[in-house]
Amino acid sequence: MQLNAELVKDLEKKARRLRKDIVEMTAEAGSGHPGGSLSAADIVAVLYFYQMRHKPENPEWPDRDKFVLSKGHAAPVLYAALAESGYFAVSELKSLRKLGSMLQGHPDRVKIPGVEISTGSLGQGLSASVGMALAAKLDKKDTRVYCLIGDGECEEGQIWEAAMSASHYNLDNLTAILDRNKLQIDGSTKEVMSIEPIADKWKAFGWHVTVIDGHDIRAIIKALNAKTPKGKPYIIIANTTKGKGVSFMEGVVDFHGKAPTREEASKALEELKCLD
Amino acid sequence: MFGLKEGEMIATREAYGKALVELGKKRKDVVVLDADLSKSTKTCFFAAEFPERFFDFGVAEANMMSAAAGLALSGKVAFASTFAVFATGRAFDQVRISIAYSDANVKVCASHSGVTVGEDGASHHALEDMALMRTLPNMRVVVPADAVETFKIIHEIADIYGPFYVRLTRPKVPVLPEHDFKLGEASVMRDGDDATIVATGIMVSKALEAAEQLARKGISTRVLNMHMVKPLDEKAVVKAAKETGYIVTAEDHSVIGGLGAAVSEHLGETHPTPIARVGTRDHFGISGKPEELLENFGMSTRHITKAVEELLH
Ligand SMILES: Cc1ncc(C[n+]2csc(CCOP(=O)(O)OP(=O)(O)O)c2C)c(N)n1
Ligand SMILES: [Mg+2]
Repeated sequence: MQLNAELVKDLEKKARRLRKDIVEMTAEAGSGHPGGSLSAADIVAVLYFYQMRHKPENPEWPDRDKFVLSKGHAAPVLYAALAESGYFAVSELKSLRKLGSMLQGHPDRVKIPGVEISTGSLGQGLSASVGMALAAKLDKKDTRVYCLIGDGECEEGQIWEAAMSASHYNLDNLTAILDRNKLQIDGSTKEVMSIEPIADKWKAFGWHVTVIDGHDIRAIIKALNAKTPKGKPYIIIANTTKGKGVSFMEGVVDFHGKAPTREEASKALEELKCLD
Repeated sequence: MFGLKEGEMIATREAYGKALVELGKKRKDVVVLDADLSKSTKTCFFAAEFPERFFDFGVAEANMMSAAAGLALSGKVAFASTFAVFATGRAFDQVRISIAYSDANVKVCASHSGVTVGEDGASHHALEDMALMRTLPNMRVVVPADAVETFKIIHEIADIYGPFYVRLTRPKVPVLPEHDFKLGEASVMRDGDDATIVATGIMVSKALEAAEQLARKGISTRVLNMHMVKPLDEKAVVKAAKETGYIVTAEDHSVIGGLGAAVSEHLGETHPTPIARVGTRDHFGISGKPEELLENFGMSTRHITKAVEELLH
């Protein structure tokens, strides 16, 4: 697959835009989850600005592809992508987590246009994606369901129940993306609850597995569009860095659920601007 | 811990973490489990002190609860902690069968209950946890109102065999005025004879403020601190109903299934009394600051005061 350099540059810029939004909105809110939002920014940018068929002006468009944020605490990256796509005004992002805002701390399907299902309790989004993929098969639609899960989230038993059912029902219209940023809340996944060998586990559950650099736009596009075996669900294990794009957040476990201060935010925005 | 002064601000989860360390020193059979939230539930203090008796199960609450039962049924006193939504919702069946039905010596100590969790929003606001735990046979439900009570409760329940659910909160709360404390018996925080506010947890200090406001309006209000929601101190409730005639309940929880429900159920059967319940009303939480949310959902001091006044009119 030949990728136009212009396109890649543009998507890199879009990912940076999402990162700026994430930093700004969590700083303004004074709480939230920047680390796991920043690690997923490149993946989400490719999905929303290149890969998925969707209509921001008509979120319920029946022929759309679907995105489920199973790791719901990364709501800032989803809200940024929705706003920058035009589902609602970018200025709304400033209201994140505030009383009366539609932008709840975790994705709320009822309040926010473009959110396919409410999440925030880890482990449920992949099962919901299985349901959506089953429905697409029943309805003979070529909908593709994309589901973003966390590596700490893979410790939930429900993830493996979902994994089993997806291969059992031959859901080759389901693509899971694992944000393998190696950190959860109490520390690294290695220290807290080891999930390795993670690629082998997914293979053993009947999935087609690819491992990529989750910050390489070309690699993300290629992986999302790879030809995969018929009848098998597909998982892209994206190696990422938690807090990616902001030097003092990268690999820092505390920025999982801590917002940057005003000062930290301006420093972060400065760093991101330099890359433009 | 008892060096705490009245009015000092400290979260019950913080006191829980410190109490566990004290307990760990006293008893070698105490083990603690968490599910990737030890820095929030404050079991991290115990983990630092007794790493060999602390087990982080990662993001796997169901597994943790049944494992806690396994430890308990092998002679340990197991304290299992995570956020209240996950302890009671995510792992309900494990708590039901492995812990309650098996009568295992597990103390489920959950932090982040109620709308006072704040900005995380509905997915993280446990407004039904007391309801869920109350319905389980063998399960006792305890809600400390401040740090001192938390400390006493954690030490006492370690010595009582069987399942307990302890409901802890995220924000700091004031240490209450010194008061008698006997596990299972409501503490009379303030006496009065026109009406009684039965409050639990974070709402006790608000109930006291409300009673103060009411006193200025000439309404004498009793305040019962109901730290044990199950079994409920029915005697204290009926006594208050008989002596003051009107009851208002206050909890950071849905009025369905929690303290207000427990009090209403008992009075309905034994001594029908005019009652008003302050709590959330069949809706999910929303994001906002804890105090804003209490105001927004009609659960602030002002609303408790109003509930008493309206009941008397
Ligand atoms: C069922 C459940 N348990 C616990 C939590 C609290 N929690 C939020 S994020 C998180 C860690 C998640 O780690 P990971 O999946 O690796 O997320 P990421 O690193 O991508 O942010 C936990 C334990 C939750 N939201 N849901
Ligand atoms: Mg992670």
